[in-house]
Amino acid sequence: MTSPTLPQLYLAFQAISLRAFGGALPWARRELVDRRRWLADGEFADLLALCQFLPGPNIGNLSILVGHRFGGAAGALAAMLGLLMVPVAIIIGLGILYDRYGELPMLARALSGIAAVAAGLIADMALRLGRPLWQRQALPGQRTRHLASTTMLLATFVAVGILRLPLLPVMAVLAPLSILLVRPQ
Amino acid sequence: MSTLILLAVHIAALGLMAFGGASAVMPELQRLVIAQHWMDVRTFNDLFAIAQGAPGPNLLIFTLVGWQVAGASGAITATIAFCAPSGLLAYTVGQIWQRHHAHPWRIRIQAGLLPLTVGLVTATAWILARSANQDLSGWILTGLTLGIVRYSRLPPVLLLFLGGIYGMAVG
Repeated sequence: MTSPTLPQLYLAFQAISLRAFGGALPWARRELVDRRRWLADGEFADLLALCQFLPGPNIGNLSILVGHRFGGAAGALAAMLGLLMVPVAIIIGLGILYDRYGELPMLARALSGIAAVAAGLIADMALRLGRPLWQRQALPGQRTRHLASTTMLLATFVAVGILRLPLLPVMAVLAPLSILLVRPQ
Repeated sequence: MSTLILLAVHIAALGLMAFGGASAVMPELQRLVIAQHWMDVRTFNDLFAIAQGAPGPNLLIFTLVGWQVAGASGAITATIAFCAPSGLLAYTVGQIWQRHHAHPWRIRIQAGLLPLTVGLVTATAWILARSANQDLSGWILTGLTLGIVRYSRLPPVLLLFLGGIYGMAVG
């Protein structure tokens, strides 16, 4: 296989981005592994693990890593631009419409309906992300591990969601604590 | 000018704390825009709803916040500020990653951060639901959505669209 060119990198990530409503990662797999065959399954899983490990937008990190692998710094930039250019233009267009019509009661009601659905979708995302935490296995130390990760989860939720504490001190305290207490399987 | 720098610095810091992606730092972003008097809660929720309903990555809420704060230059500043620092980190760490693929410390850190990520995304859902749902019908819609996405394969964009219709009809 010849290495993808810069326009191909741009177009691949643009295609992923424009299909992504509420989560781009499944589309990334379809485009990069199934359709264009730039990455094998294992390579994709490996890159994905790195992107989810690092802070920042997962799909943004993925575009940089994939772009860099095939086209160096220019490739990373091409992939990133492909991901962002059109969606940013669309969202600015919607922002302009919102500035003009946001006060219309009809639109305000529609947006609150959309926000209510979005909250449900995010709750589902939390449940899916946490799947490794709820799985019950009969392994030694499982109950301690479960107790530790549940405590850390609740502490984060209460600190940020209920008490509305600033994120930096919360992370500075809870991240080291959690790494210390929650032992991997 | 100073507003743009303030925007860039705050959002870059959020990018570096966003373990789990953009959705993990929504509570902090909402806190930030209120504390800076950039917009009220209702506007933030509206922008979040727009960003969720539009095609593209979840990070577009940052573009919209930047737009609201400082127009087109704000939109571009906020987008780059959220992506660039963590992107540079990915770029650098990507090289070292292969060598430490199954390093025990990497696995420990990953396992330790997961409960925090789940806690943060749960907080996002909670804060969003609390501020968006003025009455019982909103909470029913949120609960209904959660049930539907758990047990069906309907695309999220269809649910968002139906949510908009429901809001217009019932609200």
